[in-house]
Amino acid sequence: MSEETSEEYGKPLPLMEGTAGEFYEHCKNHELRFQRCTGCGTWRHVPRNMCAQCGSWEWEWAKSSGRGELLTWTVVTFPMQPSFAEEVPYAVTIIELEEGPRIVSRIVDVEPQDLRMGMPVEVIFDAVTPEVTLPRFKHSGK
Amino acid sequence: MASLKDQICVVGIGETPFRRPKEPDGTNLTIQLQAIEAAIADAGLKNKDIDCILPIEGLAHAEEIAVNLGIDDLRFQATVRIAAAAPGSHIMTAGMAIHAGICNYAVIPVGWYGYSGNIRVRKVMKDNPLVFSGGPTARDYYYPHGINVPPQWFSFMARYHMEKYGTTREQLGAVAVAFRKHAQLNPHALMHDKPLTMEDYLSGRMISDPYNLYDCSLECDGAGALVVTTVERALDLKQKPIYLMGFGQGQPYPADDLSNRADILEMGVTHAAPRAFEMAGITHKDIDFAQIYDAFSFQVIEQIEEMGFCKRGEGGPFVEGGRIELGGELPVNTHGGLMSEGHVMGMNHIIEAVRQLRGDAGDHQVKDAEIGMSTGFGDFMDGSVVILRR
Repeated sequence: MSEETSEEYGKPLPLMEGTAGEFYEHCKNHELRFQRCTGCGTWRHVPRNMCAQCGSWEWEWAKSSGRGELLTWTVVTFPMQPSFAEEVPYAVTIIELEEGPRIVSRIVDVEPQDLRMGMPVEVIFDAVTPEVTLPRFKHSGK
Repeated sequence: MASLKDQICVVGIGETPFRRPKEPDGTNLTIQLQAIEAAIADAGLKNKDIDCILPIEGLAHAEEIAVNLGIDDLRFQATVRIAAAAPGSHIMTAGMAIHAGICNYAVIPVGWYGYSGNIRVRKVMKDNPLVFSGGPTARDYYYPHGINVPPQWFSFMARYHMEKYGTTREQLGAVAVAFRKHAQLNPHALMHDKPLTMEDYLSGRMISDPYNLYDCSLECDGAGALVVTTVERALDLKQKPIYLMGFGQGQPYPADDLSNRADILEMGVTHAAPRAFEMAGITHKDIDFAQIYDAFSFQVIEQIEEMGFCKRGEGGPFVEGGRIELGGELPVNTHGGLMSEGHVMGMNHIIEAVRQLRGDAGDHQVKDAEIGMSTGFGDFMDGSVVILRR
């Protein structure tokens, strides 16, 4: 977990503005938080203005347990983004959190060939630059 | 409200050669103008007859097309922001505008220097995510993890299907091999004279597992265009009119985030196909061929299932045994598709459908083809479906 400047880091980073900026600020504090409607309690990701269930504009950043399971993945072998060239092959995953939202991320401690649908995972935090911390996952109970 | 079924015809088709040169020899506008000229000539019309232009987003404006063609009274123009589902969506939009009496002859162009130009999909989508509707989601929540281009995104669904239903690499390969066989019969195809065996397929260089090189479409330089008008006008024109029986447009939900769909296999065509079939008043058994948007092999299997040609999970076995090859029960991508003819955003699928229904498809003709369909697929799986008949 290096702490390079964004320039040294060289890989794509989120635009740290609006709700995306807030999402990643929580990650920096080692908290995985998603929007939760304060009207009907529905969790959601990616951030939205309104609750698609009840139409409410009111919401809060609710803390996720960080536990979930692996839904699907791909193993990037040919790096179409040159900045990821030295990492191939690497798996990118879709994780379903126990509260419901799904998130695109990586599982850091499992080799691509050992990934299985439904594998239990929990969040960890990867400070890729001083400004940006990405939520990643590790295999639970390993 | 009166149905648009059988009210609108495709009366002209035009294509440029599909190529992969080192350097571009024109612009995204000029290559589309070449296809437009060909389509207008094919219809037996003059440039000035055109009074409606529906250009695909981001590659040329209606204004610059109109001024080059000398169209000095453009009655209508529109662009549906649905990426490569646009060819079908634009037929639908043109049909509505023409039927409402707003305009008479619409031209629908698509084309690009998608190989030699500075607009390869892989580059544009990662460098400028705001060009597509899911871009902000991708920029903030996907790209930082190293998943930046379409073959990576859409292999998520392939992997899910393989894990859940036991779909195999060989079944993905059956799609690639079928389309390559068709390309051997089509001199226009980029992969003409370049046959592909299952053995070749299985040894392909991996791109984003489970997708290898042969699971992916061929970025290319090329353009295609259609001319569309009313039945009444069509009957006076040069070509045998091809009737628009049904169409539909649809989007998965949410359209701008492919990870949070309640059903991760949901696509635009999941919604668009039933609408098109209902409008056409036909069933799957009536379809003589399907040109299915094949950005990637599994998305063909996925659309076959989502459109109801077989049940969820049965798409893998469905594509085996030659069923989707010429002479099979449902010939798919009789021109070779995006995977073996060239990636012209599915405009080549609609053109091939028209060619088939005219009986002009030469060595890749489906015998006695009466009704066929074409699908489009854009952004994070938005979809369009058109059903055509002779």
